Amino acid sequence: MNYGIVSQEQLEQIDTILAGKLIKLGVDCVIIIDMAGNIITAKDNGESKYDVYSFAALAAGNFATVDAMAKLVGEAEFSLLFHKGKESNIHFSKIDDELLLISMFGKDISLGFLRLNVVEAIEQIRKVWEANRD
Amino acid sequence: MSFINLKDKVVQVKIVYYGPGRCGKTTNLEYVNRKFRDQIQSEMVSLKTHGDRTLFFDFLPFDMGQIKGYDIKIQLYTVPGQVKYNATRKLVLKGVDGVVFVADAMEKQREKNIRSLNQLHENLQAYKESIFKLPLVIQYNKVDLKDHGVPILPTAVLRKDLNSRLKVPDFEASAITGYNVAATLKKIISSTVVSIQKKLL
Repeated sequence: MNYGIVSQEQLEQIDTILAGKLIKLGVDCVIIIDMAGNIITAKDNGESKYDVYSFAALAAGNFATVDAMAKLVGEAEFSLLFHKGKESNIHFSKIDDELLLISMFGKDISLGFLRLNVVEAIEQIRKVWEANRD
Repeated sequence: MSFINLKDKVVQVKIVYYGPGRCGKTTNLEYVNRKFRDQIQSEMVSLKTHGDRTLFFDFLPFDMGQIKGYDIKIQLYTVPGQVKYNATRKLVLKGVDGVVFVADAMEKQREKNIRSLNQLHENLQAYKESIFKLPLVIQYNKVDLKDHGVPILPTAVLRKDLNSRLKVPDFEASAITGYNVAATLKKIISSTVVSIQKKLL
């Protein structure tokens, strides 16, 4: 696996995708992490003050737990997770076996609209990421 | 595996404190959190049970400054020590760069230390890592108990039990008083950073 290092150019492409597809939509903060809890990149709307490093560690743990639960009920994976709060919500979606996209957003965005954009963003990120492996 | 961001020039390094239940892994991190407060920007995260036992992990991010223009972000984790939580221990070890094995110097814990170290070996193998290659530091914790009349194992015995084949740097320590906690941390950080540098060259 060619993980560990991502070029500046790739990160810029990924950041552009995140900004264009998700931050523009009104998402507060988007993070891409790997399953070990490392942050690949984080983008926000300039106002959010999340502790993204702790968040990444917890999110990786959370996703790993859910993955183990999926296996217990005979599923290969649960590829997305959604946590709903009063003011803010978190949406987790798998990019591939190693990467996870996390979006934090407020009550003004509909979940359906977010999911459509997440799917599109993930497709584009996969293309950038696969170029890394070639 | 450490993650290197070439754009922001950040290297993230994952160090895991491993060891049997109640050996003092969380106490190590709590001491680091108090002592190096200035270098730590966020709060320590602890996922624990009502009885204060670690349920999943503790997490403490730690800024080490720069090496060759790269910001080194050390991420300290502990695993849950209780025997039944091996599945969770394994999850925390994913992508590990360096391990501190915390052994409990109390006489009655002798066997548990050995069992835990063996399990670390097996768990690392599951990720195709070798305990003989991964940066590792062993800490013989709770040496202060000797002054309170609690029977503890001499360091020579602990060393023979745990470090005769590995031959890694080891320290006597007392996480509760802070004795050698920083020394252990410094050693594992330097071994891990050197090992990452070697991989990259």
